[in-house]
Amino acid sequence: MDVSPIWLTLKLAGITTLLLLVIGLPFAWWLFRGRSFFKIVVEAIITMPLVLPPSVLGFYLLLAFSPQHGIGKWLQQEFDIQFVFSFPGLVLASVIYSMPFMVGPVKSALQQLPSALAEASYTLGKTEWQTFRYVLLPNIKPSLLTAAVLTFAHTLGEFGVVLMIGGNIPGVTRVASIAVYDSVERQDYDMANNYSLILFAITFVLVIAVFVFNKYQAKSPLG
Amino acid sequence: MITIAIEKKLNAYHGQQLLQVNRQFESGSITKIYGPSGVGKTTFLKVVAGLLMPEKGSIVVDSVTWFNADAKINLPAQKRNTGFVFQQYALFPNMTVRQHLEYATDDELWIKRLLLLGKLDALEQCKPEYLSGGQQQRLAILRALATKPKLLLMDEPFSALDYKMKTELIAELQALFKELDTTTFIVSHYPHELDGLTDEVLSFE
Repeated sequence: MDVSPIWLTLKLAGITTLLLLVIGLPFAWWLFRGRSFFKIVVEAIITMPLVLPPSVLGFYLLLAFSPQHGIGKWLQQEFDIQFVFSFPGLVLASVIYSMPFMVGPVKSALQQLPSALAEASYTLGKTEWQTFRYVLLPNIKPSLLTAAVLTFAHTLGEFGVVLMIGGNIPGVTRVASIAVYDSVERQDYDMANNYSLILFAITFVLVIAVFVFNKYQAKSPLG
Repeated sequence: MITIAIEKKLNAYHGQQLLQVNRQFESGSITKIYGPSGVGKTTFLKVVAGLLMPEKGSIVVDSVTWFNADAKINLPAQKRNTGFVFQQYALFPNMTVRQHLEYATDDELWIKRLLLLGKLDALEQCKPEYLSGGQQQRLAILRALATKPKLLLMDEPFSALDYKMKTELIAELQALFKELDTTTFIVSHYPHELDGLTDEVLSFE
């Protein structure tokens, strides 16, 4: 059995989760601080992957990063970066696709903290950033872990978006979910079953881990 | 000298009310803020701390303008150096007793003194969830004092303390306020709770 699709999937999910921790946390914090029409629009845009067919997202990413025109052409010419049919392209698509799984739970956890916590910190002379770093963030740890695990698990389960922008290149873009589809296409059901079982087992363990960490309380994936 | 002349709309459940305060407070004085629930006592403290903005008026503390609606001056809460004791304590669940004070100040001697004052020295490694209601309240008071504030705003600060603890703590705080030359506002529900401690009364009807 070729295990490279499994490794590629884990690598993709790991990198996506790390990137989303770096991008998603400050982003959730920014959305949490005050309301404006602009923020509502931005939040709606990053929430779209939850409801949009993944193939639609993949299709637009494919168009946007096609080396023939627009941003894709510019990236190719200036930096020699190609997002279409490459691993970096998968990472980019995954970050966009899983963004609501990181930003949503973190933002709603921040909203549920009593506002007096931040106020107390401000009266001690602390900036908004110090307050976020030392008071708010440490007190939403369970939600943070839930968000990270769900982001990871959600990336494992990607199919449409990955297929559209990455295709099915062995060792480069053929992740486990695509290997399942590919095996079925070749009528190799044993192989499809192998990949499926592994994906099932990993995802199941992750979800169990979240529930155990949250003291057996089944929490909604979205917060 | 602290001069406060403000107007702030309050959204009470039986309609809108207006909070109006127009008064001067001597530096170093202790003022009791007294009145029924929902008249804006907590709102008043938050306005002074810079956590809420009034619609009109000005706040001037020792000749420094903290707030002036007409001149659009609003000194942020971080720059006002007030100490705030929240009614619900607002302790940080992730920090131990000692970490609460270390978050506010680097002055190790001062931290030790505060821990002794609040009788929390034996519990300095405990997080708030392991403290009793009275201990939590004392920690909230110590944290507010940690930055040596010139203006201390206390919202029902003694409600969870028994009589003996309250009397002892008040006596120690009185001496400390003198030493720090702190001006203090204390919100209280009870007419005689702070007799002997406060110099002035600000009554909200």
